[in-house]
Parts: sequence; structure tokens; C-alpha cells
Amino acid sequence: MTTTPAPTPNEVSDLSDVSGIEIELDGVTKRYPGQKAAAVDSLSLTVPAGEMVMFVGPSGCGKTTSLKMINRLIKPTSGTIRLGGEDISGRSSDELRRHIGYVIQGGSLFPHMTVATNIAIVPRLLGWSKSRIAERVDELLDLVGLEPGRYRDRYPRELSGGQQQRVGVARGLAADPPVILMDEPFGAVDPITRQRLQDELLGIQRELHKTIVMVTHDIDEAIKLGDRVLILQEGGHIAQYDTPERILAAPANDFVDDFVGSGAALKQLTLSRVSDIDLQETTTATVGGSGAEAIARAKAAGDGSVVILDSRRRPVAWRFLRELARHETIQDGDREKLVTLDERSTLNDALDVMLASSFGGGIVCDARDQYLGVVFFDSVTDHMRTVERTVAREVAAEEAAADRGQVEA
Amino acid sequence: MWDFIEERHRQILYDGFQHVYLVVLAVVAATFIAVLIAMLVTKIPRLSGVTNMLSAIGLTIPGFALVGLLMPATGIGNTTAFICVCFYAVLPILRNAVVGLQGVEPVLLESARGMGMGEAAVMARVRLPLAWPVILAGIRVSLQMSMGVAAIAAYVLGPGLGSYIFSGLAQIGGKNALNYALVGTLGVVVLALILDLLLVLVGRVTIPKGIRV
Repeated sequence: MTTTPAPTPNEVSDLSDVSGIEIELDGVTKRYPGQKAAAVDSLSLTVPAGEMVMFVGPSGCGKTTSLKMINRLIKPTSGTIRLGGEDISGRSSDELRRHIGYVIQGGSLFPHMTVATNIAIVPRLLGWSKSRIAERVDELLDLVGLEPGRYRDRYPRELSGGQQQRVGVARGLAADPPVILMDEPFGAVDPITRQRLQDELLGIQRELHKTIVMVTHDIDEAIKLGDRVLILQEGGHIAQYDTPERILAAPANDFVDDFVGSGAALKQLTLSRVSDIDLQETTTATVGGSGAEAIARAKAAGDGSVVILDSRRRPVAWRFLRELARHETIQDGDREKLVTLDERSTLNDALDVMLASSFGGGIVCDARDQYLGVVFFDSVTDHMRTVERTVAREVAAEEAAADRGQVEA
Repeated sequence: MWDFIEERHRQILYDGFQHVYLVVLAVVAATFIAVLIAMLVTKIPRLSGVTNMLSAIGLTIPGFALVGLLMPATGIGNTTAFICVCFYAVLPILRNAVVGLQGVEPVLLESARGMGMGEAAVMARVRLPLAWPVILAGIRVSLQMSMGVAAIAAYVLGPGLGSYIFSGLAQIGGKNALNYALVGTLGVVVLALILDLLLVLVGRVTIPKGIRV
């Protein structure tokens, strides 16, 4: 049985910038000699081109074994693995691996090589010219946020853990492989750095659209990063392979439910962004304008407060009407002190801001800090309910279809 | 003593040079032999027990005994001296090379393979450079030891300062006996220190900055 996933809603619209290729596992089994149970038992799944798929599960579930079979660091006992439709068993292991990026915990950089030499390993194996390699190294260091001039000639031990991991990612991307395998890449760094690295990886992936398979034991990381999440049970059996939204809203069985743990609804919040929900209008006024006029407009609209914008439409303050009434013209505010939300912020962040706000809401800005609207609790809870209902409806429809299929068969 | 040295300084310098030449040549050859064997042991881990045992036994063979064993086969002269010094020189290097090559972190090897390095590339670009500081430490021990072994090898008319020590021993009670023995011994010690210093410099140049202690 092959699990062919339905297209995700946020799938990249323009398929032409997808540089990844599809990975297909078909009945892949790994049995170690002398062991009764197979480490991975007949695993079949498809990783669509350009998506980031997370393999999660308890230790011993075969997630790392499955990952390493894709670049043949572990040879499958039986079954077929296809990259972009081509069976990999026909290719030499070394040649295959040079076209698959590989990133492991801590970056595992070679301590005797400089950052540049580390990154250049695969391009050198592929016989690129010196100038092309040098150019590529600088480009990659820029991509992962390390200034080439400062870091190119450093040795790994002169870098922090987070920087080493960034170089590890750059090394995995070096020869521009269509597929990248990551084995707990962010397992060895502190939580704050991990979060930053995750965000950077998401940014890089938005740009490059590689096919990425990442192994993690952290369900939160899986939900945050994955376009799809594969939850494995002992022996490499698929417990669920689905989008994070659906894993949270409709866990396939008790195992998944347990594994996701409590607070599924809270986790769901990290999946939606402020731009997913409807923003509300509120009365706005510009610095230097008439206070009385603004109050009149607010009262007419039924608003108890006014968002003050500067001349470039950037919010500077959020004031109650009685505060406005104190001055004839509208006073400037300190933009630095006003907490606003980016439209790409997660609902989790949005709730955080709302809880701290005396207005029970948050001001939303676009990438250039210009005012877009406001969000309140209601819109968030409404959105969550909609998501849950949609997923429930989808699941029900699929189950019904599956039942019909069984009846017909 | 000063007169003794002044009278013979050309000869002493020449013998000193010969001594160093023999040792350096033997240690260089030993390094190649030891590293090659160690690479083989790394590929076939079952051999590592055998090698360890052999090198332990090898070190217990007295120098004179080996010279005696070799003489019927290779005769009297430089060849015997060279083989003898080289034999002992291999042992410490081999030990360190095996430890160094096998001590490379498995995760680094896996990441090298995962990037598509073949066995030869893993050896040349990952294992050897990372094991090099350990191998070099073995070479330093080996070189010190070989300076002494070479002195014994002079018994079979090999080159070097050993002949001074034997002359001293042969003429015990004679006028220059002590001078011969002292010049031979001190000469070996001073040259050994100089060579060791040179090896430290070699380490400075050849050990990458990233793994220098």
C-alpha cells in the first residue's frame, strides 16, 4: 500500500521554482541479521517534490534507518527507493550521495578543515573549478547568515554551536542537490538558537523548494517545519502521514494522539498565521490631526479607541478616546514602545500580544511596518473552530469514500 | 676532553651526521611501513589484536639479540644497521597510527561517506589528517628510541656515533676510554634533542590549525 498524500493547501503555486524531486519508498524493509523483528518493515510512502517532510517517532521506531536508506548509508534488505522516478539501486553509492545533501547533528564539520573547505567538499568531489567553488561558498555563507569575509577561513572550533550548524546546512546545500536529508540537525543547540535556525531553514526552503526529509524526535519541531509529518511506530510502521494541521486536529489513532501529547489546540496556533484570519477595521488617525474629529469618527463607528499612525502610515500608539480628549491635536507616540504584529506572525505570537494588551487585541502591520488592521480574540477562536470543522469534514468525507470503495470492491 | 674533540672534530661531525642520516632514513621508512599497516588494520579490524601483540613482543626483543639474528642473513654493515633501526622504529609509530586512525569519531566518518567520499578519500582527507597529531607523537618517540638503537647497531660496523661508545668500552682503563664513551653518548643525546625540536617544528607546519592543541 502506498500512501499518496493529498495536496497541501499551502503548496507552492509556481511549480517551476521547485528544485526538488520526488522521493518514493516502495515496500522498503530493513532487517538486521540476528534480529527477529525488522527495523523497518515494508515502508511505503511518497515525499512530493519540493516539500519538507518530517520523520518523527519514539526512539527505535526506524526513522533514522529509513532516512539513511535513502542515501544508502544503510542498504535496504528489500524494497525499492526511487528519486525522481529513478531506482537508486542502479547507481553507485558515492555518486548517488554526491547528489543528496546530508546534514547531521551539530553539523559534524571536519575540525581540521576551514569553513570554506568544509562547504567545498562535495563540489570538489564533483570536480568543480576553483573559482566556481569559491563563489559558491560565499553565496552559501550569505544564505545561512554568516558574513563570508569573517567566517570563510575560520575553523569549526572557532564557531559557536549555532554557527557550526549553519555551516552544516550550507555544506548540505553546497552542490545544489535536489534532495536533502537531515538527521536531527538542530538537536545539539540551545532552544533559542534552535528556534532561530528553524526559522532560517524555513526561509531558505521558501526560496529554494528542495525536497527535504528531516528526522527529529521533537513533535513541535515536526509540526513547525513540516509540510507533512510522518509519525512512525516501532518497526517503521506508519502511524500517520499527513499535514501538521490534520495530525493535530484529527489524529489517526491513540498512538498519534499520545505522541502529539496534550495541547494539540495550542500547537495548532503555531501553524496559522495572522494573515490567515480576517483583520478588523478600527478608527485610525494621523499624528497632528484634530483630536475632536477623530473622537467623533470613533464614536460614529462604535470604537472605544483609536490607532494613531504617523505620516508613513506606521502605527505609533493605540489610545482610548478619553486619552485623546486631553489634547487638541493628536500627539506623537513612541513607535519603539508599541508592540505590533507582523502579518506573518503565528497566532501563538498574536495571542501573546493580545493577552498583554489593554485593548485585548493586536495591531497588525505588513513587512514595511505599515498599518493593516487589528485582530481580537474572537477572530482567533473563530479561525480555530473553522480549521477544526474543515479537517473533520475532510476526514469524514475520506472515510466515507474509503467505505464506498470497500463496498464496491 | 676538549683536546680529544678538537683533534677529531671532523671525524666526530662526520659520524654524527652518519648517525642522524641512518636514523632519519630508518624512521621515514618506518613511518611509511607503520602507517600502511595501520591503514590495513583499520580496514580489517580483526588484525588489530595481532598487530598490538606483535608490536608488544617486538619491543621486548633486545637490540643485540636482533643484531645477532640479522647478521647471518644480511652480513656486517649498513644494511643490517638500517633494518635493525627500522624494525624498532616501526613499533611505536604503528601503535599510535592504529589508535589515531581508529579513534576518528564515527559520526565524522559517516558524514564523509554520506557526502559521497569513497574509501580512499575518507582515508586521505579525513582519517589521516585527523590521526596525524597522534602519529606524529609516535614518530617523536620512535626517533628518540632509534637514536639509541642506532648506537647499538654500530656493533655490526654500521655508521654513526655508536662506534665511539664501543671503542670506549673496548679500551676500558686506556687513556681515551672515557673520552670515547662520553663523546659517543653525549653526541647521541644532543643530536636526539635537536631532531626532536625539528619534529616539533614539523608538527607546527603540518598539523592544521583547527586541531592543534
